[in-house]
Amino acid sequence: MSKPLVTILGKTVKHIAKLRGGGSALPGLVVERIDPQFIKRTLAGLPLGVVVISGTNGKTTTTKMVVELLESQGLRVFTNRTGSNFTRGVAAALLGEVNLRGELAADIAVLELDEAHAVHFVDAIPPRHSLILNVMRDQLDRFGEIDHTAGLLRHIAIKTTDSVVLNREDPQIADIAKSLTNQKVDYFGLSDNLRSLFPNDDELHAKTTKSSRIVPAGVVLDNFDDRFATFVVGDQTLQTSLKISGIYNIYNAAAAIALVHSIVGKNLNQSRLIKTLSSITPAFGRGETIIIDGQPVDLVLVKNPAGFRLGLQSFNPDHHATMIAINDNYADGRDMSWLWDVNFASLTEYGVAQVAGSRAYDMALRLQYDDVPFSHVDTNLKRALKHFLIVNQHQPKRIYCTYTAMLTIRRLLAKLTDVEVAIK
Amino acid sequence: MSQPIIKILHLYARDMNIYGDQGNVLTLKKRLEWYGYQPEVIEYNPGDKFPDDVDIIVGGGGQDSGQNRTQKDLLSIGPKLKQLANAGTPMLMICGMYQLFGKFFKTSSGEIIEGIDLFDIETYGKSERLIGNIITKSEEFGDIIGYENHSGQTFLGHNVATFGRVRMGAGNNLIDASEGARYHNVIGTYLHGSLLPKNPAIADFLIEKAITKKYGQFEKPTINDTIATMAHKFAMRRPR
Repeated sequence: MSKPLVTILGKTVKHIAKLRGGGSALPGLVVERIDPQFIKRTLAGLPLGVVVISGTNGKTTTTKMVVELLESQGLRVFTNRTGSNFTRGVAAALLGEVNLRGELAADIAVLELDEAHAVHFVDAIPPRHSLILNVMRDQLDRFGEIDHTAGLLRHIAIKTTDSVVLNREDPQIADIAKSLTNQKVDYFGLSDNLRSLFPNDDELHAKTTKSSRIVPAGVVLDNFDDRFATFVVGDQTLQTSLKISGIYNIYNAAAAIALVHSIVGKNLNQSRLIKTLSSITPAFGRGETIIIDGQPVDLVLVKNPAGFRLGLQSFNPDHHATMIAINDNYADGRDMSWLWDVNFASLTEYGVAQVAGSRAYDMALRLQYDDVPFSHVDTNLKRALKHFLIVNQHQPKRIYCTYTAMLTIRRLLAKLTDVEVAIK
Repeated sequence: MSQPIIKILHLYARDMNIYGDQGNVLTLKKRLEWYGYQPEVIEYNPGDKFPDDVDIIVGGGGQDSGQNRTQKDLLSIGPKLKQLANAGTPMLMICGMYQLFGKFFKTSSGEIIEGIDLFDIETYGKSERLIGNIITKSEEFGDIIGYENHSGQTFLGHNVATFGRVRMGAGNNLIDASEGARYHNVIGTYLHGSLLPKNPAIADFLIEKAITKKYGQFEKPTINDTIATMAHKFAMRRPR
C-alpha cells in the first residue's frame, strides 16, 4: 500500500475511534499492522532526533515538563501526549500530527515509553538522547523482578547514540553508566540534606553502597519548600516557584532540566527556561488539585511502595480529610503485598475518613495493623466517593489512589465540576 | 507486672525482605500485643551471632543478589535451625527462604545452590514465571489466599507434607497441585500477600505453638478479625 494511503487510512480509523469514544491506541494498531515502518520512517526525518524517557515512576509528569521546557527554547516538539506509552500509542499520536504525505512538522520527538516496550522501540529506532528516571517496585507482576527491569532500562541507555541522563540517587540506575562507552553521561541528583527523604526500596532494609553518589551531577535539587525550589545547574543556582507539588515531582523537574541541558547545550536560554518551569502544571492525575464545593481536593496517584511513602511525606494530613482508594486491576498491579511495605503511621493522628476500591479491605487491614483509625470502608468506589464528599464537605480533602481508581474518581469528579478548567 | 516475652527472629531482614514480608512480622508482633504478650523482634543478618533464645522464626523472599549474600551464612546456621525445628519451634519461610530450606535449588543454567535440607524438597529454576493470585486449601487452616511470583518450581519428597492443595493458581510446580511444605511446626510457602494478615489462622498457629512451647499453655483471648475476614472474602473473588 502506498504511504499516503496508509496515512489516510490511519487518520480515518483515528477519526472513527474518536467518534466511538474508543481507546487511543486502536488507530496505531491498524497502521502498525499495515505499515510496520511507519513510525521509523516518520521519526527518522526529525533534525534533532528522538528522545526516550523511561523508568518506573514519574514518566508522564517528567515528559510533560521536558516538552514544555524544549518548547520554551523555540523547538517544535512531537510527543505521545495521550499517555498511551506503548509503540502503538506513538503511532496513534503520530497519525494526529502528520500531514497526508506522512511528514511531521517537528524538530524533535520526546517519547515516554514503558520500559518493557521501550526495549523493542530502541532496537528499531535508536534514540539520540535518553533519560532514565528510576527503578522501583511497580507492577512487578508484569515484568518479574527489579533486577530484570533494571536490565531493560540499561538496554535503552546502551542503544542511545548521543547522551544519557541518569538518576544519581538510584543505585541501579547510576550503575548503568558502567555499561556506556560511546555516550555522554550526565546525572541529576539531590543535595546531601534532601537525600534522606528519598529512601529507595533497597535502602529500606539494605545498606547500599554510597559510592555512586560521589559522581558530580549536572543538575542537583538543592532545596525546596512548599512549591518553591532551588536547583544547582553546573555552577549556577536557579531558584523558581513551582505549580507542581510533591517532592518526587520536584525531583523529576531536576531530571527534566538535566535532559533539556544535554539536548540544547550551550545555547540554552536560562531565563525562558525558568519562566516556563514555574508555570508547568502537573500531568493528568499526578498531584492535581480540583475544587469541589469551594474546597480543594488533591488527587495523589500511588503505584508502588516508594511512591506511596513519598506521597505521605509530601503532604501534611493536618486539617485534611483523607481518602485512600486501592484497586487491583491489571493496570494497578494485582499484587497487594506492596501495601505492607509502606508505613502509614503519619496518618494516625487525623485518621482516614474513607477507604475504597476493589481492595478496600486489604487497605483497611493494613491501617488496622498500623493503629490508624478509619471511618468507612466501601469497595464501591462511586458510593464511597459520594459519601466522602458529603461527610467532609467543608474541609480540604486528599485522595490517595491507584491508577484505575484515579481514572474513575476523575471521571466522577468531572460531573461535579469542569475538571480541566479547575486545575490550579 | 511485665508481660511475658515472645521473641521473633526475622531471618535476613536486610537481604531477604520484599513483597510485603515485613507484613508477616508486623502481624505476629501486633497480635502478640493484642493477646497480652510482649513481642521482641530480632533482626538476623549474615555474620550476626545466632541468638540462643528464639520463639518464632520468619524468613522472606529476595532478589537473586540477596540470595547470594545469604546462602553461605544460612548453611552455617542450618544445623541450629534443624535442631529448633525438631524441638517444635514454629517457623514461616516464604518464597526464596522456603526454597533454601530445601535440599537444593538448581538454576536454569544448571548451577546448584545448596540448601539446608530441613524440608525434603528440590527446586528447579524454569523460564516461566508463575505469577498471580492463588487460593489453596488446607484441612488445618481452611482456604488460604495469597499472591505468588516465582520461577523456581518445587517438588516434594517423601519426608515432607504439603502446606495446602491448590484451588486456583500454580503452587509448588506445574505438575501436581501441592503448595508449600510442612515439617513439624515449620511452614514453607510461595504465598506473598502478605500471607499472615489476611490468613490470621496461620498467624495464630505460629503464636500458639510458640507460647505453649515456652509457657506451657495459651488461653487465646478473642480479638476482632472482622476486617481480616472481609479482606479474605473479597480476595477470594479476585481473578488470577
